[in-house]
Amino acid sequence: MDVLKKVPVREQDPKVRATNFDEVCLGYNIEEAKEEASRCLKCKNPKCVDGCPVSIDIPGFIKEVEAGNIEEAAKVIGQYSALPAVCGRVCPQETQCEQRCIRGIKGEAVSIGKLERFVADWSRENNIKPEPPKETNGKKVAVIGSGPAGLTCAGDLAKLGYEVTIFEALHEPGGVLVYGIPEFRLPKETVVKTEIDNVKALGVKIETNVVIGKSTTIDELMEEEGFQAVFIGSGAGLPKFMGIPGENANGVFSANEYLTRNNLMKAFDENYDTPIAKGKKVAVVGGGNVAMDAARTALRLGAQVYIIYRRSESELPARVEEVHHAKEEGVIFKLLTNPKEILVDEKGWVKGMKCVEMELGEPDASGRRKPVEKPDSEFEIELDTVIMSLGTSPNPLISSTTTGLETDKRRCIVADEKNGQTSKEGVFAGGDAVTGAATVILAMGAGKAAAKGIHEYLSNK
Amino acid sequence: MYKIVKKETLAPNIYLMDIEAPRVAKSCYPGQFVIVKMDEKGERIPLTICDYNRDLGTVTIVFQTLGTSTKRMAEYEVGDSYRDFSGPLGCKSELVDESDEELRKKHILFVAGGVGTAPVYPQVKMMKERGIDVDCVIGARNKDLIILEDEMKKVAKNVYVATDDGSYGMKGNVNDCIKDLVQNQGKQYDLVIAIGPVIMMKFVCILTKELGIKTIVSMNPIMVDGTGMCGACRLTVGNEVKFACVDGPEFDGHLVDFDESMKRQQMYKTEEGRAALKEKEGDTHKNGGCGCSDK
Ligand SMILES: Cc1cc2nc3c(=O)[nH]c(=O)nc-3n(C[C@H](O)[C@H](O)[C@H](O)COP(=O)(O)OP(=O)(O)OC[C@H]3O[C@@H](n4cnc5c(N)ncnc54)[C@H](O)[C@@H]3O)c2cc1C
Ligand SMILES: Cc1cc2nc3c(=O)[nH]c(=O)nc-3n(C[C@H](O)[C@H](O)[C@H](O)COP(=O)(O)OP(=O)(O)OC[C@H]3O[C@@H](n4cnc5c(N)ncnc54)[C@H](O)[C@@H]3O)c2cc1C
Ligand code: SF4
Ligand code: SF4
Ligand code: FES
Repeated sequence: MDVLKKVPVREQDPKVRATNFDEVCLGYNIEEAKEEASRCLKCKNPKCVDGCPVSIDIPGFIKEVEAGNIEEAAKVIGQYSALPAVCGRVCPQETQCEQRCIRGIKGEAVSIGKLERFVADWSRENNIKPEPPKETNGKKVAVIGSGPAGLTCAGDLAKLGYEVTIFEALHEPGGVLVYGIPEFRLPKETVVKTEIDNVKALGVKIETNVVIGKSTTIDELMEEEGFQAVFIGSGAGLPKFMGIPGENANGVFSANEYLTRNNLMKAFDENYDTPIAKGKKVAVVGGGNVAMDAARTALRLGAQVYIIYRRSESELPARVEEVHHAKEEGVIFKLLTNPKEILVDEKGWVKGMKCVEMELGEPDASGRRKPVEKPDSEFEIELDTVIMSLGTSPNPLISSTTTGLETDKRRCIVADEKNGQTSKEGVFAGGDAVTGAATVILAMGAGKAAAKGIHEYLSNK
Repeated sequence: MYKIVKKETLAPNIYLMDIEAPRVAKSCYPGQFVIVKMDEKGERIPLTICDYNRDLGTVTIVFQTLGTSTKRMAEYEVGDSYRDFSGPLGCKSELVDESDEELRKKHILFVAGGVGTAPVYPQVKMMKERGIDVDCVIGARNKDLIILEDEMKKVAKNVYVATDDGSYGMKGNVNDCIKDLVQNQGKQYDLVIAIGPVIMMKFVCILTKELGIKTIVSMNPIMVDGTGMCGACRLTVGNEVKFACVDGPEFDGHLVDFDESMKRQQMYKTEEGRAALKEKEGDTHKNGGCGCSDK
């Protein structure tokens, strides 16, 4: 074994996986996990922990893995994270815990994410469940949204003895974990459902099909239904479009629509009723994780797929691993390219896209070099489907129906980072609804902080 | 689970159901809609709220069977339950928040086409409850397809019926009827609220624009979530892109791009759905279920 290298993780062959929706990464088995765990130096001053937004005791759990005490390892992680099987899969580890890993100074960092995933999967397979609290304290808290922020906040509060009800607008709990991130990266039935069941096992009630702001309001929950505090974890689901000609043509989708049809509504499975326009030649506009997910989904539905991104490869906001997987599977990257117009046939369907080549100019406010159009470089590509993946912002449904809730100019709810407190008494918020589209682990961290904030608030009341 | 407590067949292929959904019943208003998902494998089907009883906690829906989903919905009987029933979604009708005094000053005409009579009903009923007289035109292809006429007569001051084949009421489509009212019977209206097939709403709007009467329509584009998350329901209103599920479904009909909306609605029309439409309405969509005529 070469201690400088990660123990490789088994993956489905790219050619095979490009035609199915099964998980790409197969994870470690116990021998591989123990071997990888032995690479960890169990540092006295573990830098990796500083890189983790929820400060998991990484050497602590890795030590248990090395010794083969997986149940113990699960308990260590459980003190910090409610969704380890999810984070082990989708956290951008390479810019968080693993980036700081001391092992990584010379050679490759320890595969912290893959080890975390192993521990969580092992616990699930061996039916380890969290213990529900012994008694409740009789205080009711409402949580809006069942994404990572809401689930974490609800789980932590339940452990402290609160009676928690989650209100979810859609018919399934999980937020982006069920409607956005595809099956081949995050299996729904095994991984996501189990983590949600674990939260339910703590005594948390989940009421689906309740749209806060429509079915009822925060004011009503507090005044009429006896909730003493509310946590808003409603995410940032509102899709953006470019505003170019042809964007309302048939065959132009937001990434959210395309992914929701396929993930939440399971359109890829013909036993389900929801249709999806599969497309033969698909362009995905954008370069983030969401764009990669949409592209790889379209590929699996049988299309030839382009990623259209206006900057260069090094600016792609998606995780390196996702870009690598997309390329392996055959997604074609058209970088430094920007759409100008979607071309539409007489029946109103997409027939192509007019694009322009870009080059990188001076750095902009974000420090990234700003793309500018190359003169006379317009060209057309033939397409039947276009998926817009340009980012999302928080939905105004809640902020516009709650009195005294302050938002900023990006429509994000204003909340204290330390405890989630908003401008309205008894109302806390966190996750994408506060930060704008971010990551699962940051949303979880915010859910945790708010649970603590709510506990303090209700204890002093 | 949301229990079906009443089921009626209003016309061939048009069904009315009362569903137990206390949260929706408590907070809904005319103009809003719900999303029904029958079972694990079903799609999310948007349907307008046609009535509600806050005391009993029930909501009434009326739907027409077209393709797979609506046909499957019709197989459910009293005592069965739908898995999901989410709402109320969308904005309430503008009339809800207008004062009685303002409304009394207006002469309002409701225009209902085919199954669109069902979503018109709660609005007319609300006007009656607030003591405001309104007129209503109901159009359909033939007598059998006229629904909720008796109910409507109880709440509207005047109900005018038009059928394409003349089997009941006036022979002609809803536009012929509106023209007759305004041009021959000396009626004056300041506001028209038209709900029915998109093609009917389009032609009503062309006419009311000529007549100079402000017109509200209720759009029914393809939807997925109904909460503003997917953008499937987008349409162009006065050169702006709107999401019907959160900005609508009611819009100023003189600003809506109906042609784009009709094209978008075709996106997933199944063969069955298409066959049923063709069987009913013919290739050219002449004499649409509403009683309107094509270009
Ligand atoms: C396609 C895709 C891929 C991604 N990939 C990654 C990745 O690889 N790694 C990573 O770390 N992050 C990834 N992200 C980002 C990550 O998923 C989000 O940052 C995270 O899910 C945010 O969590 P949240 O709990 O704040 O909100 P969400 O997960 O968005 O959950 C919000 C929930 O609130 C519900 N809701 C909204 N409004 C209401 C209302 N009015 N009433 C009731 N309920 C409401 C919504 O239906 C939803 O279920 C990805 C996102 C997408 C879309
Ligand atoms: C806000 C709103 C309110 C509505 N209210 C009513 C109502 O009160 N009564 C009623 O009978 N119908 C109503 N509709 C239309 C109803 O949702 C469709 O008739 C139904 O979805 C058709 O499904 P299908 O599978 O039976 O038909 P098919 O024709 O086989 O449909 C195939 C696909 O196209 C989509 N689709 C087709 N037509 C429509 C449409 N008009 N609107 C949205 N999606 C469509 C569906 O996603 C479906 O999967 C409403 C639609 C909206 C958006
Ligand atoms: S939660 Fe994410 S950042 Fe923290 S240790 Fe796990 S993979 Fe790393
Ligand atoms: S920094 Fe790396 S080597 Fe050190 S404890 Fe963390 S994972 Fe182990
Ligand atoms: S139905 Fe998804 S945004 Fe309107």
